[in-house]
Amino acid sequence: MRTKTTALPSEDKRWRIVMATMRKHGFAPDALIETLHSAQEAFGYLDDVALRYAADSLGIPISRVYGVATFYNLFTLKPQGEHTCVVCLGTACYIKGGPQILSALEQATGIKRGETTPDKQVSLVVARCLGTCGLAPACVFDGDVAGKIEPSQAVARIKEWETT
Amino acid sequence: MNTDELHELATAAKEAQTAFDHRIIVCSGTGCQSLQSEQVYESIEGELKSRGIGHRCSVVHGGCRGLCEAGPLVSVEPDHLLYQGVKTDDAPELVDSLDAAPVERLTLDVSIPFFSRQKKIVLEHNGMIDPESIESYMATGGYSTLVRILAELTPAQVIEQLTKSGLRGRGGAGYSTGLKWNTVAKAVANHRYVVCNGDEGDPGAFMDRSVMEDVPHQLIEGMLIAAYAVGADAGYLYVRAEYPLAVKRLRRAIRQAEKHGLLGHDICGTRFSFKLDIRLGAGAFVCGEETALIASIEGRRGTPRPRPPYPAAHGIWGYPTLINNVETFANIVPVLREGGEWFSTIGTERSKGTKVFALTGSVSHTGLIEVPMGITLREIVYEIGGLPPGKRFKAVQTGGPSGGCIPAEHLDIPVDYESLAQVGSFMGSGGMIVIDESACMVDVAKFFMEFCMSESCGKCIPCRVGTAEMYHLLDKITLGEATLDDLAMLEDLADVVKHSSLCGLGQGSPNPVVSTLRYFRSEYLAHIVDKTCPAGVCTIHQEVGV
Repeated sequence: MRTKTTALPSEDKRWRIVMATMRKHGFAPDALIETLHSAQEAFGYLDDVALRYAADSLGIPISRVYGVATFYNLFTLKPQGEHTCVVCLGTACYIKGGPQILSALEQATGIKRGETTPDKQVSLVVARCLGTCGLAPACVFDGDVAGKIEPSQAVARIKEWETT
Repeated sequence: MNTDELHELATAAKEAQTAFDHRIIVCSGTGCQSLQSEQVYESIEGELKSRGIGHRCSVVHGGCRGLCEAGPLVSVEPDHLLYQGVKTDDAPELVDSLDAAPVERLTLDVSIPFFSRQKKIVLEHNGMIDPESIESYMATGGYSTLVRILAELTPAQVIEQLTKSGLRGRGGAGYSTGLKWNTVAKAVANHRYVVCNGDEGDPGAFMDRSVMEDVPHQLIEGMLIAAYAVGADAGYLYVRAEYPLAVKRLRRAIRQAEKHGLLGHDICGTRFSFKLDIRLGAGAFVCGEETALIASIEGRRGTPRPRPPYPAAHGIWGYPTLINNVETFANIVPVLREGGEWFSTIGTERSKGTKVFALTGSVSHTGLIEVPMGITLREIVYEIGGLPPGKRFKAVQTGGPSGGCIPAEHLDIPVDYESLAQVGSFMGSGGMIVIDESACMVDVAKFFMEFCMSESCGKCIPCRVGTAEMYHLLDKITLGEATLDDLAMLEDLADVVKHSSLCGLGQGSPNPVVSTLRYFRSEYLAHIVDKTCPAGVCTIHQEVGV
């Protein structure tokens, strides 16, 4: 177990959460994925500072940290929008109209899947399968799963964000 | 914890339950939660409180009853009532009905084939247990199998029972669970691991999510029995991060089990110790492959490595590691409680027990079903699921991106590992998607190929390049720009990718193409020769003036 700890990158209190995760795992190199999860949860995305901090604290090369962060779909190196809309394109949703929902949302927001609107309000994300196939087609609006949804309803939900 | 202590806890929990005249159980699975079941729970709770009948009627959380599309589902015990589509406004009427006649307009008939044709072993608790309460699990006999095994059986006797049962891995490949346990137990090492593969990545499959969310303790008890049998002292539950509710409940369940001395050192006063941790996935389908999963647990990129050596000999940090899927572990408690012989009487000659399927797509009743092995696909599709009015059956897809599409002519095959493989599909983890005439089979094949292409880890060339090339060929076909040479190339590539990829992801990726070519070749030809999509799904640009 490593005892020497790297100084926090800044005064930001959120780094302490990331630190606590690493400490819980004894700063072992295999805690990398847990650490990245924790950093992304705290900051919304993983920037260079976060990747370097993880590398230094866990004693692994920055190249490996970058490799892991870019390998897994859930990690993002770009800041996300204020709101996130996830469109499920799993098999059941695909067959029941998921693609139509996605194109309606792309048209309404003017961005493509995986992108964030220029005003940083809305991110449009595509999911492989939410596992709520019984409610296909499904979307997630800021963590709320909405099932059996029509393209027009999905667009309406996004419009609600714009007005608030 | 010994038998007497457990019995005492279980009796107390059972008495606490029967002290109420009525127990209202609100489903708290992901499906029902997305339909506002939490609000329904609160409004029923408020209603009971305001009427001052909280002392004789209770409202509790329960697990999934399977029929997710009819949610939120609410059951009333001991009256055996099941209500569907319950809204917050229904709470007063529902509470009114407790000592009177049931609310007819909400009643869900539990004698319909969707329920009556099932056989529940893995899902034996049928949503009646509060997923967040270890006492609720104990009240139904939970952990008594573990306690009895620790007191009465040797590890070898446990494996003997399991081998006798004929249980095979439910992750897809169907390897004998008894044999696997035996290999790990016999490996020479001073340290062994048990890992539960909860990286359910197949699109259209959510059986394992339901088990992890509803009966986390049944899973943990199964893992504990496995650890005792193979001599492991540490283990991991690898869960995909897309299942936050499952992660939360498993974490809580581990803490509860630790508190009761069921996890940790010297379990139940024996010399058996087991430490269990959760590891989160991060959105990589390939991590369901066991060597990739090990890499991910070790904090690395989830890329597979060649086997052998198998994880049973050389797993986490080089130690022998037993890796089983969620559903396999969930089978362990029933098998050991009732005995291997009992289990071996269910199912077919070579596929024993039951299988949980996520039945979705074009069926009237979508949701989670558990059926005995050997049931025909026709019974599942037409009786349990039922085709919606006006829809015509075209194919049923099993096995996810490594599986295939089975046409109507093969609907009478029994569901077991060998029969599904014979018709070009695969048991897989249990996604079963019914496809009707409105879908284009080339488009379906393209959908799965896109999935495999994006999820390929990039380590071996046949998979990395092959899936991309196959996708482009399928894309050309759906755009009406392909020639018959392209089709020949597609078939050629399918063969190469299947036989030369490193892991199951690549090896299985051509299956959707091969099986749709086998049964729906005319659709491919319509796109290529006639430049039309028979189902009207693909946008084919007709050349003007030719």
